[in-house]
Amino acid sequence: MTADGWQPSAVQRERDSYRRRRTVRSAVVAAASTLVLVGLAATAIVTSPGWERVQQTYFSWDKAVDSFPAVLEGLWLNIRVMLVCALLILLLSLLIAVMRTIRGPVAFPLRLLGTVYVDVFRGLPLLLVLFLLGFGGPALDLSGLPRSALFWGGAALVLSYSAYVAEVFRAGIESVHPSQRLAGRALGLSYGQNLRFVVLPQAWRRVLPPLMNDLVSLQKDSGLIAVLGVIDAIRAAQIETASDFNYTPYVVAGVLFISLTIPMARATDYYARKQGFHGAGGML
Amino acid sequence: MHTLTRSGGLALAVLALALTACAPRADEEPETATEPTADTSCERDNLETYEDGVLTIATDNPAYEPWFVDNDPTNGEGYESAVAYAIAEELGFAEDEVVWVKVPFNAVVNPGEKKFDFDVNQVSITEERRKAVDFSSGYYDVRQAVITEAGSPIEGATTVAELADAKLGAQVGTTSYTAITDQIGATDPAAYDTNDQAVQALKNGQIDGIVVDLPTAYFMTAVQLDDGVIVGQLPEAQDEPEQFGAVLDLDSPLTECVSQAVDTLRENGLLDRLVEEWLSQQGAPELS
Repeated sequence: MTADGWQPSAVQRERDSYRRRRTVRSAVVAAASTLVLVGLAATAIVTSPGWERVQQTYFSWDKAVDSFPAVLEGLWLNIRVMLVCALLILLLSLLIAVMRTIRGPVAFPLRLLGTVYVDVFRGLPLLLVLFLLGFGGPALDLSGLPRSALFWGGAALVLSYSAYVAEVFRAGIESVHPSQRLAGRALGLSYGQNLRFVVLPQAWRRVLPPLMNDLVSLQKDSGLIAVLGVIDAIRAAQIETASDFNYTPYVVAGVLFISLTIPMARATDYYARKQGFHGAGGML
Repeated sequence: MHTLTRSGGLALAVLALALTACAPRADEEPETATEPTADTSCERDNLETYEDGVLTIATDNPAYEPWFVDNDPTNGEGYESAVAYAIAEELGFAEDEVVWVKVPFNAVVNPGEKKFDFDVNQVSITEERRKAVDFSSGYYDVRQAVITEAGSPIEGATTVAELADAKLGAQVGTTSYTAITDQIGATDPAAYDTNDQAVQALKNGQIDGIVVDLPTAYFMTAVQLDDGVIVGQLPEAQDEPEQFGAVLDLDSPLTECVSQAVDTLRENGLLDRLVEEWLSQQGAPELS
């Protein structure tokens, strides 16, 4: 009943109630099919002959409580590494992307350097870069550079990830329509000003979802620096496991990681929806 | 619309079928493990080995000196390889009836079917671990030692207390690593996947020292490090001395017999002879 006395017609009301009924029916069917599937899977697992031992080995509550503080402490390292590296990666990759998109024959060496960098570090497996830098770097004995595994591991992460993220930025920069640049030039903006005030703000907005995707990925890969001797969440879980060969700490670490990444993924989705396009994180 | 629903239902049915298809296979015949009472029960013909007629022994890849030589467990060289062949002989398997398999450590201690009869991989016996796997009797009494390079701050340390402020490394998941945290109480230990990486980190000056078992300590200081030094042996644990044992599946029917074989080898002096042959016997200073 609206202010002007309008009421939906009988046909419209019939339509509405029909739609409501269909919606309810869909929801019930969806719930039932989900329950059936999950139930079947759970039954298959729980009635398997090895379930009891798997439960003791992977889902022991006491072991989870025991190992939680150590794993959490390891996760704090993951988070710190991720935050510091993410910042450095943003700066370096933006620089590489700008280098690769500069026009004109004079800037050829810059473009070449950027392209070679991306080709090399995108092609090398991250673990390989970690080992080479992590064990080879300190062996160089360079004065003024720290020897810590954290420093060299972080450097490897930054170098490797910047190659990926530079490509994301480059895609964003190249997606800005040429007329935007021309308009900027027509207003008398220099190349640098044009980049700063016209191109990059638009490019940045467009690539934020894929950037978030890389951030989630970095958060998980930050643990790889554990191969250099530092103790992250997974390494802490491994140490906890060794005392009695109970694998529950790994499950604890997995749950902690997921509880970090899910909010990040949802935030990405929310932003993408607000922008009116689907980000690389995908939609539920 | 309807076809969509139908195909959805079809997909669901297929998925459900697939799930029930991978439902558990019926338990195999319950194997009645004959409790070894008399000596005859460990006769070769009574042993339920993984593969009939051969003894399948596992170790990790790579297998390190001085426990194995040239990463080849089949040559009978190195202490653990020699002990494994001696156990096999004790159980009635000739050299050519021993099959070696390379099994990563995690696959050894995980639940599930084991594709070997027993595993020798410098695994220390602890009560907590007995909940997950079976151990034979110990075939080697382990002492943990601290090594470093000449000129490091911990060179010349004579007490455990002097090591408390050092940055020490060890292989992850080993009793050597626990020794750093529990026995020495050093803060900020470094954990490495392999001992080789720990050696590299020591050479790089990223850590002050490494904790390893004594035979490995001799090997590292003699072979892998240019000027390696053994700082000393850690004091023995109070309750019971640490030992390496063969790892078997939980409740394996072979545990008893492998243990008996190891006990026999210990009593008749063969273990001591193999230690003399393969493991360095010079003394190392004791840390108080």
